[in-house]
Amino acid sequence: MRRLTPYLLVLPGGLWLLVFLVVPMVFMASVSTQEGDVVNGFVQTFHFATYGEVLAQYQTQFLRSVGYGLAGTVISILIAYPVAYWIAFKGGSRKATYLLLVLLPFFVSFVLRTVSWKFLLADDGIVLGPLKSAGLVGEDFHLLQTTAAVIGGLVYNYLPFMVLPIYVALERVNPTVIEAARDLYAPRAVAFAKIVLPLSLPGVFAGVLMTFVPMTSDYVNAAILGGPENTMIGNIIQTEYLVNNDYPVGAALSFTLMAAMLIGIFAYARALGTENVLEAAAR
Amino acid sequence: MDLRTNPAFLRGMTQSRRVSRRDAFRIAGLGAAGLALAACGVEGRRAAAPSPSAVADFWTGKKQNGTLRFANWPLYIDKDGKDYPSLDKFTEETGIKVTYQEAIQDNSTWFGKIQPLLAANQDIGYDLMVMTNGIQLSRALALGYLLPLDHKQLPNFAANAAPKVKNPIWDPNNTHTIPWTIGVTGIAYNPEYVDGEITSIQELWNPKYKGKIGMMLDTQEVANFGMFALGIDPDKSGPADWQKAAAKLQEQRDAGLVRKYYENDYVDALARGDVWITMAWSGDIFQQVAEGKNLKFVVPEEGGTIWTDNMCIPKTAQNPVDALKLMDFVYKPEIATMLVEYINYITPVPATKELVLADAAKAKGEDKEFLEGVANSPLIYPSEEDQARLRSYKTLTTAEEKQFEDLFQPITQG
Repeated sequence: MRRLTPYLLVLPGGLWLLVFLVVPMVFMASVSTQEGDVVNGFVQTFHFATYGEVLAQYQTQFLRSVGYGLAGTVISILIAYPVAYWIAFKGGSRKATYLLLVLLPFFVSFVLRTVSWKFLLADDGIVLGPLKSAGLVGEDFHLLQTTAAVIGGLVYNYLPFMVLPIYVALERVNPTVIEAARDLYAPRAVAFAKIVLPLSLPGVFAGVLMTFVPMTSDYVNAAILGGPENTMIGNIIQTEYLVNNDYPVGAALSFTLMAAMLIGIFAYARALGTENVLEAAAR
Repeated sequence: MDLRTNPAFLRGMTQSRRVSRRDAFRIAGLGAAGLALAACGVEGRRAAAPSPSAVADFWTGKKQNGTLRFANWPLYIDKDGKDYPSLDKFTEETGIKVTYQEAIQDNSTWFGKIQPLLAANQDIGYDLMVMTNGIQLSRALALGYLLPLDHKQLPNFAANAAPKVKNPIWDPNNTHTIPWTIGVTGIAYNPEYVDGEITSIQELWNPKYKGKIGMMLDTQEVANFGMFALGIDPDKSGPADWQKAAAKLQEQRDAGLVRKYYENDYVDALARGDVWITMAWSGDIFQQVAEGKNLKFVVPEEGGTIWTDNMCIPKTAQNPVDALKLMDFVYKPEIATMLVEYINYITPVPATKELVLADAAKAKGEDKEFLEGVANSPLIYPSEEDQARLRSYKTLTTAEEKQFEDLFQPITQG
């Protein structure tokens, strides 16, 4: 019995993965190589050509999504790092409150938060109205239905996922290590670059995983804040599944996206792998 | 009558009614649809048209069960607090208890949810539902997902429905569906930014409004407008016409004229001034104007689209007789009047106009003005002239559908 314990402990998680990840994925993989339509039914023909076709047809949207995901992730790091740093080192006894503030937007529905951006960014809205009447921007300047609005929405919606892991990593940095660096005459900047930054990189790595992947496959922001030139791959997948009921194309697109992300993430882990990061930290 | 300054309209429209009925986040349903999809065997089965004797056989011996589960769109029935007066009357007269739910937010998500269940012959949880004529309804019909109706049990429909709504092109002889309400797709614009009266659909291609023009995401909607702009009658159109229409629409997009291909959110964009001129649904604009917004709605001289939301019974309905009873009940003129006074879309029962006016004569003050506004609105009772210009969506075969979507989807979703 005792020998079985670890397996029993892993059973719920394993079953969960099996039922909600492996089974749907096998099903999707099978669908992606079928041919037909919803009225006449789909038949398994191992039609792998679908993959080539969807890649050719939706290349633009694929590249655009990855571009938006990258841009969003980089901006998130630039915003989240100082925030996490401040909370970790200057938050004092109010850390919990500040973290709650970071998480507060999650208490409002994701869609609702994004929709409210439409009111903020409206052509004659709270932001642009005054700027226009002050003559700072042209009359036909607009933010809604632009790339900036979509990336802005992505950053806004996924920022907490970047702040939290970085905060956790920084929180674990032992202040005495920094003190030691300072005692050894390291200027603040050098102490940060040599001590704090490497120690916090695992947090950044986790943050990137948690933001880049959902940002790239997001479709809500493009649907609500984007225009004709901002369609992302998530929007295409949604249309193929729900409007066209073209399940093979939808499935092939999803798989291609997943494969691209996995390759990207592994490449990234290789380049800035957690092990390397840990080694750097240990040095 | 200037509706903006009409206090009856302002009062008559309750807060909840201001939300447009199609205002829905299709996104919310996606997760559920995805799960349902994973469970489905993705099997299709084309159904043959039912023979009259088969229809009769089906309905013989079917009994009223005393309950009915009705799935409809948000804000699409008269409501008084938590009560639905017309449904209460129905219960009073027939003894059938109705569970009414605003379960449908848009056709594609709804179809995505029920398709796997119907394919597996399982109860979808509803006995009656409302779907727009269009691709999903055609699919449901082709797959045999809807019960053929027993018209012997629909005497009020036979007597009171407008001749125009009978025998629609997408469901000949109303074999499987009868209308709930009808709406028009035309052009709405904001006179604050747009000079003069708009009459032509070409204004949607006017460079003056660059980046301030709204078009619809739905391919059938947008395709019809492309065809109207070229003088093509959608009813008689074929693949060559669609190509021309697609080119016309692509030109509009490439010139940067289109701000966005909107779903229901065009209403907000128009009200906020993000777009000045846009494709629009009649009922939405009626409600906006009633709310006091300075907006105008026209059916362009080249043509506009008329669409119908249809009541239909899923094949796995548990209470089909009860569903049929309600379908007939809402065609009683007094019940149809209760509905139109609230819903403000076009009613399939023309006799309601007199009854709305009669109600207006009995009412006082603001209510009176509101009801007169309903009876006299060209958005609710369109003129003959407007009606002559209205066309349905082209009814597509499965093969045509693919061709059609491949042409128009890259434009609205590229």
